[in-house]
Amino acid sequence: MKGSIIMVGFFAAGIISGLYLIIPPCLTESGLSYYTLCGLMLCVGISIGNDTKTLKSLCHLNPRLMLLPLATIAGTLAGCSAASCLLQHRTLVDCLAIGSGMGYYSLSSIFITQYKGAELGTIALLANIFREIITLLCAPLIAEYFGLLAPIAAGGATTMDTTLPIITQVSGQKLIFVSIFHGFVTDFCVPFLVTLFCLL
Amino acid sequence: MLLGIGIGFLSRKKELKWIRPIITSLIWILLFLLGIEVGCNRRIIEGLHTLGLEAIVLSIGSTIGSILFAWLLWRFIGKRD
Repeated sequence: MKGSIIMVGFFAAGIISGLYLIIPPCLTESGLSYYTLCGLMLCVGISIGNDTKTLKSLCHLNPRLMLLPLATIAGTLAGCSAASCLLQHRTLVDCLAIGSGMGYYSLSSIFITQYKGAELGTIALLANIFREIITLLCAPLIAEYFGLLAPIAAGGATTMDTTLPIITQVSGQKLIFVSIFHGFVTDFCVPFLVTLFCLL
Repeated sequence: MLLGIGIGFLSRKKELKWIRPIITSLIWILLFLLGIEVGCNRRIIEGLHTLGLEAIVLSIGSTIGSILFAWLLWRFIGKRD
């Protein structure tokens, strides 16, 4: 939670300094953010490849529970398609690109900004932060009405870090590895899905 | 990213504790840059409340969708076990 607040703080600080032109706008046009993004992707890749402990613990999982990330991704895309009917002026692929951030707001908003501009990037940031907040606040309710897997699906890509504590609380210790596995897989899929829908 | 996974896998014997802080600070920098871009763009600032509303609609839609699919999977697994 503290990490999310810091990130929103940086975003807000950026808005303020852009609004009052403290920093010359040429900074954003120089492609600096593109190279930073490349560096970020390299680091994310290194940390995934380096994390053999998680990779190994995935081998001892009920195979049917491994379907959960698929259910999450399919459900997210279906829900986004439904939501895009309400947003007439946005195209379906834009909505799908935003939705496929699956709560991984930092990465997805940066990607969408690169491909589609700052307006959609901002929606992506807000939408995915809201998703995390909904999960954090509503996890007990979700678990009660829709089963113990539902909070994990709602958490999307955040279920191995920020929403893991609340999920362990409502879904129980038994599902910790499912939650981590789920977060790991969806985390991994986010960059690909977002890029895919941005390029469509 | 795939290059990074390769590098990370090759260096899996070493503990890379420095990578997390780097990722965090890179994300901070990028969000700061996104903020600047948003701040410079009057159209976005003026439409921030509609953008927020759209974000809420999309986040609720995607959350409900994934919850329903997880519920189906839960029932599917529950019946078999």
